[in-house]
Amino acid sequence: MDNVLAFGAASSQAGRVDALFVVIAVVGGFFFFFTQGILIYFAVKYRRRLPDRDNVTPTITGNHLLEFLWILIPSLVVVAIFHYGWRVYTDQRIPVSGATEVHVNARQWMFEIKYPDGRTAINEIRVPAGTPVKFILSAADVLHGFYLPDFRVKMDMIPGRVTTLWVQPDRPGSYQIFCTVYCGTGHSNMLAQLIVMPPREYAEWVEHGGRAGGVAGGKEPLHERGERVVKGAGCLNCHAVDGKEKIGPNLRGLYGSKVPLEGGQSVTADEEYLRESIVDPGAKVVKGYPNVMPTFKTSMPPDDVRATVEYLKTLK
Amino acid sequence: MEGVGRPEAEGNDRGYLAERGWRSWAFTLDHKRIGAMYLWTTTAFFLIGGVFALLLRLELLSPQTRYFSNHTYNVFFTLHGAMMIFLFIIPAIPSGLGNFFIPLHLGARDVAFPRLNLASYWVFVAGFLVIIGSLVAPMDTGWTFYTPYSAKSAAAVTTLSLGLFLIGLSSILTGLNFIVTIHKMRAPGMTWHRMPLFLWSMYATSIIQVIATPVVGVTFLLLAAERLLGVGFYDPSKGGDPVLFQHFFWFYSHPVVYVMILPAMGIVSEVIPVFSRKPIFGYNAIAYSSIAIAFLGFLVWAHHMFTSGMSPLANAIFSFLTFFVAIPTAVKVFNWIATLYKGSITFESPMLYALTFIFLFIVGGLTGPFLGALATNVQLHDTYFVVAHFHYTMMGGTVMGFFAGLHYWFPKMTGKMLNEKVARVAWALLFVGFNVTFFTMFIVGTRGMPRRYAEYLPRFHTENVISTIGSAVLAVGILVMCWNFLQGLRKGAPAPGNPWRALSLEWKATSPPETENFHEIPVVTDWPYGYGTPKA
Repeated sequence: MDNVLAFGAASSQAGRVDALFVVIAVVGGFFFFFTQGILIYFAVKYRRRLPDRDNVTPTITGNHLLEFLWILIPSLVVVAIFHYGWRVYTDQRIPVSGATEVHVNARQWMFEIKYPDGRTAINEIRVPAGTPVKFILSAADVLHGFYLPDFRVKMDMIPGRVTTLWVQPDRPGSYQIFCTVYCGTGHSNMLAQLIVMPPREYAEWVEHGGRAGGVAGGKEPLHERGERVVKGAGCLNCHAVDGKEKIGPNLRGLYGSKVPLEGGQSVTADEEYLRESIVDPGAKVVKGYPNVMPTFKTSMPPDDVRATVEYLKTLK
Repeated sequence: MEGVGRPEAEGNDRGYLAERGWRSWAFTLDHKRIGAMYLWTTTAFFLIGGVFALLLRLELLSPQTRYFSNHTYNVFFTLHGAMMIFLFIIPAIPSGLGNFFIPLHLGARDVAFPRLNLASYWVFVAGFLVIIGSLVAPMDTGWTFYTPYSAKSAAAVTTLSLGLFLIGLSSILTGLNFIVTIHKMRAPGMTWHRMPLFLWSMYATSIIQVIATPVVGVTFLLLAAERLLGVGFYDPSKGGDPVLFQHFFWFYSHPVVYVMILPAMGIVSEVIPVFSRKPIFGYNAIAYSSIAIAFLGFLVWAHHMFTSGMSPLANAIFSFLTFFVAIPTAVKVFNWIATLYKGSITFESPMLYALTFIFLFIVGGLTGPFLGALATNVQLHDTYFVVAHFHYTMMGGTVMGFFAGLHYWFPKMTGKMLNEKVARVAWALLFVGFNVTFFTMFIVGTRGMPRRYAEYLPRFHTENVISTIGSAVLAVGILVMCWNFLQGLRKGAPAPGNPWRALSLEWKATSPPETENFHEIPVVTDWPYGYGTPKA
């Protein structure tokens, strides 16, 4: 889903922002060509042609009518643009009744999602198309941002406060969510998806437990499920599985290896170490890495933790 | 203008530069030497800050971090921003060129408080030494130091705050000095309306510095208190409010963008009439619009915070006021363009840079309404669109104005002429490189790329590669310009007293001027823009 403004809008609200953008671009474009045109025209036309004639210029020190007009006209134009921008914005901010509510709590460096019925997810929000959605935004540690470019909306996520945002998802699809307020080392990896599903599929998905990663298959091998969990839980924001170093330790070849810890000891990465590192990451911190990983004790059910460990074992 | 020390001043071997040895610089009370020291210092930080910018662009060649870690990238953009803002663009024109030329423009022998002037330079040095000291644990907070991240960060934010506090103090002292100087030291006959417009813009700048800078000083002290003493001003876990920091920060940092741009506008107002051989169009409008900008600049800070959860009403009020800053700036642009009308224009390097200022500033200005209008702001805030807009006004505006000033006054400051051909080559490279680098950012910003991203989605790759190529061209342009300055200093042809045949008083002094500028204080009988009449 590309996101050139005025193209690929994901909702009717977005279309109104795009219309405003185009209007400002047209007005600005007019003034651009008008002023630059005159600037260049004057510069070329009145360039000095004969070296000895340079002092023969008229003494023009001002023109009251002209100066009055070029204060008045831009003033009227900017008031009009202000008013237009304000109207579109106000309509975005008016509370919508009957909206599906989704709680999003940001922490370094993930979005934790909670639905009112108790379902949780990380970095993936699923909503049905056609129903307005109200995001209830908070932050656990530092400032974060919640930016849905395809919907043309954005709201800061502030520790100690709750902010809200409304969207009207009209078209099914997968839409990018960015963190837009700088929040530290993993800022640019703090990404999420808003998945807008056709209402029937959405209902089916909720019925099947509503887990991240879509409808859970009944006979899925444990390690495949683990891979799905790892992708869905935002682990890859900080950990690489291709041998590269990111914010956290690399996961490839981790199982069975000897891991040096903060404080001088070391530990062999067995099943129990991997499990503990997911539910209580501060217990054994790898040497040279900051102790910043949040716990997944409540957000990841034991089955998923087990599956994740099995997946990590396959990364050789 | 009559009664000037020497008839049409000629070149001068060394002038104020005659005395040698480090003591003659370190303890000088001469505003010209202090100005020159500021110019060297701030230009050095411009080059260092530029190296950081190039490293950022290098890393952004690939969507995944390749050369540096994410943390290192974050440190680099913080250092780039903090150095460019606090150590280059705020002090460069006011403290550098302003110090040098305010007394010369006024027909005075020095600023009102020469010792305070020297003190503010050394406070500035102390400030940047403390800032360099804070690099033992380099900050990765961004130049905006938003809490609570900056309150929790392991970086030496407290030390840095102290350094910035000193830089701010230096800025206040300089502003105070200039206000008194402009009030009390004007040559006989120089009424307010006979002052060169550079002085009006410097006067407006100084007012902002004196009023706004204490706020940011206090803000940094509170941040230090929070980190050292655990008092909860900004951190909600201690009972504070992170948005309060943003209000404090922008209450300074928005007016301060006019500290950055107004002096450059002053330079352009000087250069355009000289090279058009025409009186400036609408003197009063340009002069009063500087004051209007200084005033309105204090009323719009929260337009940096439209997505911070402020009430829609507050957002609407700040959006409305923001649009009115556009009017006095637009008035200036119209006046400059009107000055060209029926002129006799030549395109020496100062004029090229001044026209480039107008050209690029129009682009920066016209992209402002996208950010001032609420609904489009919500979309574009914190994307590369803002980065592009800011660089068009600050680099395309202020820095081009600064370059115009350097080329315009180089003969006066050094007594040497620059190589005009090399200057034009540098200008062409700069102009092309700048637009390729930064116009691309408007495009990638409207496509939704957030700023301060060490890694980005592959869909933004093409624009980033183009932008990096542009930055390389821009860097070559800057290097050629620096080389030209150094060559000019070493073996430039001796400059006559008034190579551009300008009418303001600095050109009545020798090149370079003598220690106390004028043998006899000049008596002023007319404004300095009487071009185009035969006697000029």
